[in-house]
Amino acid sequence: MSTATLEPRVHAQRTYLNADYGWKSWLFTLDHKRIALLYLVSITFFFVIGGSFAVLMRIHLTEPQGALVQPETYNKLFTLHGIVMIFFFLIPSIPAVLGNFLVPLMVGARDLAFPRLNLLSWYIFIVGGAFTLYSAIAGGVDVGWTFYPPYSSIYSQTHVTAVAVGVFITGFSSILTGLNFIVTIHKMRAPGLTWFRLPLFLWAMYATSIIMTLGTPVLAITLFLLALEHLFHVGIFSPELGGDPLLFQHLFWFYSHPAVYIMILPAMGVVSEVIACFARKRIFGYKIVAFSSVAIAVLGFLVWGHHMFVTGQSVYAGLIFSLLSFLVAIPSAIKVFNWTSTLYKGSISYEAPMLYALGFIGLFTMGGLTGLFLASLATDVHLNGTYFIVAHFHYIMVGGAVMGYLGGIHFWWPKISGRKYPNAWAALAAAIVFVGFNLTFFPQFILGYLGMPRRYAFYPAEFQVLNVMSSAGATILGVGYLIPLVYLIWSMRYGPVAESNPWGATGLEWKTPSPPPPENFAEIPVVNEEAYAYSAQAQEATGD
Amino acid sequence: MHNLPFQPDQASSIAKSVDNLYFFLTAITLFFTALIFLTIFYFMIKYRRRSPDERPRPIEGSVPLEVLWTAIPTLLVAVMFVWGSTLYFQNSEAPKGSLEIFVTGKQWMWKAEHPEGQREINELHVPLGRPVRLTMTSEDVIHDFFVPAFRVKKDVLPGRYTSLWFEPTQVGTFHLFCAQYCGAFHAGMIGSIVVQEPDAYESWLAGGTPGESIEQAGEKVFQASGCSSCHLSDGTGLGPSLLGVFGHPVHLTTGETVTADDGYIRESILQPKAKIVAGYSPIMPTFQGQLTEEQLNNLVAYIRSLGAAQPKAKEAAKP
Repeated sequence: MSTATLEPRVHAQRTYLNADYGWKSWLFTLDHKRIALLYLVSITFFFVIGGSFAVLMRIHLTEPQGALVQPETYNKLFTLHGIVMIFFFLIPSIPAVLGNFLVPLMVGARDLAFPRLNLLSWYIFIVGGAFTLYSAIAGGVDVGWTFYPPYSSIYSQTHVTAVAVGVFITGFSSILTGLNFIVTIHKMRAPGLTWFRLPLFLWAMYATSIIMTLGTPVLAITLFLLALEHLFHVGIFSPELGGDPLLFQHLFWFYSHPAVYIMILPAMGVVSEVIACFARKRIFGYKIVAFSSVAIAVLGFLVWGHHMFVTGQSVYAGLIFSLLSFLVAIPSAIKVFNWTSTLYKGSISYEAPMLYALGFIGLFTMGGLTGLFLASLATDVHLNGTYFIVAHFHYIMVGGAVMGYLGGIHFWWPKISGRKYPNAWAALAAAIVFVGFNLTFFPQFILGYLGMPRRYAFYPAEFQVLNVMSSAGATILGVGYLIPLVYLIWSMRYGPVAESNPWGATGLEWKTPSPPPPENFAEIPVVNEEAYAYSAQAQEATGD
Repeated sequence: MHNLPFQPDQASSIAKSVDNLYFFLTAITLFFTALIFLTIFYFMIKYRRRSPDERPRPIEGSVPLEVLWTAIPTLLVAVMFVWGSTLYFQNSEAPKGSLEIFVTGKQWMWKAEHPEGQREINELHVPLGRPVRLTMTSEDVIHDFFVPAFRVKKDVLPGRYTSLWFEPTQVGTFHLFCAQYCGAFHAGMIGSIVVQEPDAYESWLAGGTPGESIEQAGEKVFQASGCSSCHLSDGTGLGPSLLGVFGHPVHLTTGETVTADDGYIRESILQPKAKIVAGYSPIMPTFQGQLTEEQLNNLVAYIRSLGAAQPKAKEAAKP
């Protein structure tokens, strides 16, 4: 039935892109697809900003005494790099862009449950971002993205409050997005779309949304208390005022460790979709993969203390947190084995999204396994606070979350834009990102083991060789990120027009034209098969 | 200082055992990374798409396989957990008879005070082959005392004591880093640990200004701050006698019993009303803000030294 809609050119039909023009039609839109694009533009902007800070840092660190800036400036660079990348790029990346675009399409609904809240969440995000940018322009902030008091509350002379307020506000956008997804997935699934027929991307979104709605308020409370202490010297965290600095760390990591799963679970969801599509196979052990997302979300709330093994917290607390941290590794391992097994006896093709997804599995595996060094008490003591940590979480957040995000953008780009991009360029970019990433961050594992602490504006000369290697890799990585920016923008005007289902994928989002009409579906679809029914779909394949 | 380009010096009694666990974890990491990469490459080639209409048969999954690859990682992490925790527990308590040194961190320097009263900044001289226990605090923000060659690290917090110990096994000079971001010149908050043969250490100690020992300095603070007017050694004062207190259980008005350690002594000086010794009234004023960290350290050292003394007529003192 979808063959009929393929014949006419895209421009002939009414899509969410051409339904209306003018800035008002974008800034006041209630269409989840347009809001997704608003987010896409906003977070790309923040990615470029956060990335520029990283470039400056890597240039600076090519020389032991520091090649570029004063230590105070370097401290502001790594602080803003962390804050922008985590709160304004990674956390909203897949949920707010791909999730916003896809959740209603995948459940077969016309929009999210609360379209106005959805638009509000974008405005909140922008207001929060504005506070953070203001602080950057007004002179910066130098407390690290972790905001540890009493440095942040009493000693730092920089714009701590502006940034804390910015992050505080942005948190509400994340809560609203999570709330919207939970309600939509519960209440608005198309007839026949049972829980175990949901695409795994939705399971991942669901687990992520739970973390967002339960965890983010704790971060908001923590930052509020910090701002109280900073502005009015109310003693909460600073011992001078009668507070307890470790209380802050407990509260902060109670959110910020689960926040890692806000970043990685959506990427896992994307990878499940992409692998299934390009191997033309049902995901091996679908239910286990689905439940492992929920297991990660739940266990993720109970491991925050592993950030505090060297703070002097009780050795027994350390013991419990170490055990729980090891446990959270198991569902992640299960997912990796299941994805790999999905390839077995598949029919594998190597379009760009698949390359990103396979790259994700490799880098996430390394990121996850190096996490074991940090869950283990005796080795964490040596590695905590060094470049080993920096390397580990970049393998998870960049090697994992960003690869997943880029894979997802490439996979759904024809659906979002109605255009195709040049696959050869995309494959080249994926390869460059993979190589550049490893060159940048692998040396940092060794640096950390050798003892180089993180957040050092200058360092002993013996660490220079590895730092130069890392900076060289960062150059390659930067090029890898710029290429997609160029050809994706190019494709919006010059790319070949995309069919409704160019990859021959299953899933309701592929059963509506590309780009979809404002109401998503002419008729609400009825689902009568499991997710990833690639074998059953043989005759119905339309795109190729 | 560089023996191997990919390994820091193993200069303490625990370094080798931590490294063994590190190498075990590295081996596991390499094995599983290779396993996943090779399997993916093999499948990518073997099952590449040969014709556009190819439709593989669906595979649901496999319960035995799921059980297998849940059980194997579970077993492996259990081994890691037990290994890592055992080592950590072994390394958490300093051996009896350790050399006691006080360390104070402040933006952006490390100050150390030896029992004999010698002070150093950004350097710490220690003897080879003897356990050294550091009692650490900060004058401002959170710092972290990190000696990579010893595989030890501990945060240094304002308003409380943390401690750390090591036993140097190699003569030489080793990096001391601050590993907790502490402000503008965090990267400059580095120093050296100088490990010397015991004789050389003794002569280094003797070469320093042979002033008063840390305990003598503490006794002076004890007199000058008026502590001695209530904490009479015969137990007849308004406050409890401090003879034989340190390291021993103390009964509180709440019925609880605590052990008098560094943290307890510190708290009792700064927040005297937090824990009241049974039989006494909460009348002691706070010394918060009136003593420097150094004076506090001296006081603690002095009260520690009283711990070994026999309490005099303590029972009789109870009203």
